[in-house]
Amino acid sequence: MNPQTILLYDGSFDGFLTCVFTVYEQKIGTPIIRKESESNNQLFTISETIITDETKSNRVWKGIKTKIPSSQQKILFKAFLSEIKGVENTLLCYIKNIFDTPNATLIDYSNKDILKISQVAKMVGREKHRMEAFVRFQRTKDDIFVSTIEPDFNVLPLLIYHFKDRYADQKWLIYDIKRSYGLYYDLDKVDIITLDFFSKLNTSVQKENYADNELDFQKLWQTYFNSVNIKSRKNSKLHLQHLPKRYWKYLIEKNEI
Amino acid sequence: MSFERMREKLSILADAAKYDVSCASSGGKRENTNKGIGNNTGMGICHSYTEDGRCVSLLKILLTNHCIFDCAYCVTRKSNDIKRAAFKIQEVVDLTINFYRRNYIEGLFLSSGIFKNSDYTMERLVAVAKKLRLEENFNGYIHLKSIPGTSDELMREAGLYADRLSVNIEIPTISGLKLLAPDKKHEDFIKPMQKVKNEILQYKAERKIIKSTPRYAPAGQSTQMIIGATGESDKDIMYSATYYYKKFNMRRVYYSGYVPVTTDNRLPSLQTEVPILRENRLYQTDWLLRFYGFSVSELLNDQYKNLALDIDPKLSWALRNLDFFPVDINKADKNILARIPGIGMQSVSKILQARKFRKLDWTHLKAIGIALNRAQHFIICNSKDFYHKDITPYTLKNIILKTSKSKHTKYFTNQLSLF
Repeated sequence: MNPQTILLYDGSFDGFLTCVFTVYEQKIGTPIIRKESESNNQLFTISETIITDETKSNRVWKGIKTKIPSSQQKILFKAFLSEIKGVENTLLCYIKNIFDTPNATLIDYSNKDILKISQVAKMVGREKHRMEAFVRFQRTKDDIFVSTIEPDFNVLPLLIYHFKDRYADQKWLIYDIKRSYGLYYDLDKVDIITLDFFSKLNTSVQKENYADNELDFQKLWQTYFNSVNIKSRKNSKLHLQHLPKRYWKYLIEKNEI
Repeated sequence: MSFERMREKLSILADAAKYDVSCASSGGKRENTNKGIGNNTGMGICHSYTEDGRCVSLLKILLTNHCIFDCAYCVTRKSNDIKRAAFKIQEVVDLTINFYRRNYIEGLFLSSGIFKNSDYTMERLVAVAKKLRLEENFNGYIHLKSIPGTSDELMREAGLYADRLSVNIEIPTISGLKLLAPDKKHEDFIKPMQKVKNEILQYKAERKIIKSTPRYAPAGQSTQMIIGATGESDKDIMYSATYYYKKFNMRRVYYSGYVPVTTDNRLPSLQTEVPILRENRLYQTDWLLRFYGFSVSELLNDQYKNLALDIDPKLSWALRNLDFFPVDINKADKNILARIPGIGMQSVSKILQARKFRKLDWTHLKAIGIALNRAQHFIICNSKDFYHKDITPYTLKNIILKTSKSKHTKYFTNQLSLF
């Protein structure tokens, strides 16, 4: 029996593409691609740690780009960001399929892999859209608009352009507490940063760091939110469907100040 | 600015504005090119949801709830004894900008009670929009209410700063309007609509020649009707909606179930429930007209003046036209597929894509996500199992009702138990 090869990578998209490169380079038959953090040594397997190499990953991405339209490229990237266990392998099957078929531009929704990937991408897209909606900035003393979030999927990379285009004239920071990194815009460009300031125990800006009036505007927002409700049309089920409880923690209107 | 006073005003003037249903923030075409604040390029965002399940996407307020009119259905009518308040222009601007910067909202929806006269009021609404655009460099969404009876000149200016303009027709029939809003004239509603429509067309034509022509109300215009205040039929409502869609190129017509706000013998009593289910059926009909290629007379006519409440309008059309079915999923055209109950437009386009690769059977259709409990009775696909053709519409309806679970069941169980 041939031992199965497990490729371990650092969790980045470039890392994953480097793995795809290695699969082709070493002609590995049925590999499993997994994040280092998820590795557990198994009997009868060979695990190999793949070091992220941008020249390799760029070559793979370039190849993919010639094969599928940009809408499909986005779907592929989004599905990767879902971080669902085993998504790398579904994506590998899909990428192999792309390279094997001469014309992969049409989308075959009756193919299992494609349907799965497009469904996962849709979930990630939905989460991205939710974050565009549910980010609540708090203005700090040093005039940065700070927001903390805990999205279900790793959607920060998808949010860069949306917030950069929208808040071009203010400094802002969106920090993913779950994944311990954030986006910071300094009026010029967006950087990916990590901070010691936030942790799972300290998930938001303290009141003493608020800018003047910040608390007043939060209160005004709460007042507004409560005044637009029509009591005779109360519909809790619909409310929860749109605004699931797991997001309430960071929504000013759903908390006591 | 005193925040205590602001809070008080905000609660009064947001409360009075909440019966306007429109909360759309999509369709604007303002890119943030000047390093200003805000970007509005297409998709709308709902930033929060109220406990009644409605989306909060705009700061929806009245400039003032002082009003010279006395429309029976309205909370802010002059004879109603309520607290009155008014915002200053700068206050609305500050509120909008500060909410927007914190990502609470997509923009502003500004309406107003009418004080002094139409033009005086409209001038102030326009001034807010103008200030936001020119002084604050604001590219977010602005929806202004056109005050009935406003002069053409002001309407023209309004459209240059606002993304959407709307006049609420409120009462679908002219006789109803006379009864409930004796001070308002039907022509006063029509005039600003006509003006906006003409301006949009004219600016569009000019843009084709001169690229730098500014856009006029890029998100178009909309209107709203109150449902269930004057005993009008669904046919009355949808025929006048169709009229507004066609005549004024409306982007949207909204239907708002009447929420009893006052005792008046011309209106339903305070205990009347809001007709939420009826509202839902009207919206479904609206969608069928706009996206599914139905014409209004197919769904509502002299024989069928009201929509069925227990089943959706597409299904009830299908039951009346059983000879149209079965439809072959693997062969039928797009517009035919769109008429099958239980299949939405997204499923239609997935079916069209997928059937290029293979003939679809029941499992494929299920995976695509169509509502088979309804659709299965109206289609044939690549399989030998089909429904029986010799069922009467009545039995078929009961079969479907038995297999489906509607969130609205509670509204019509009383009715069914009579039989």
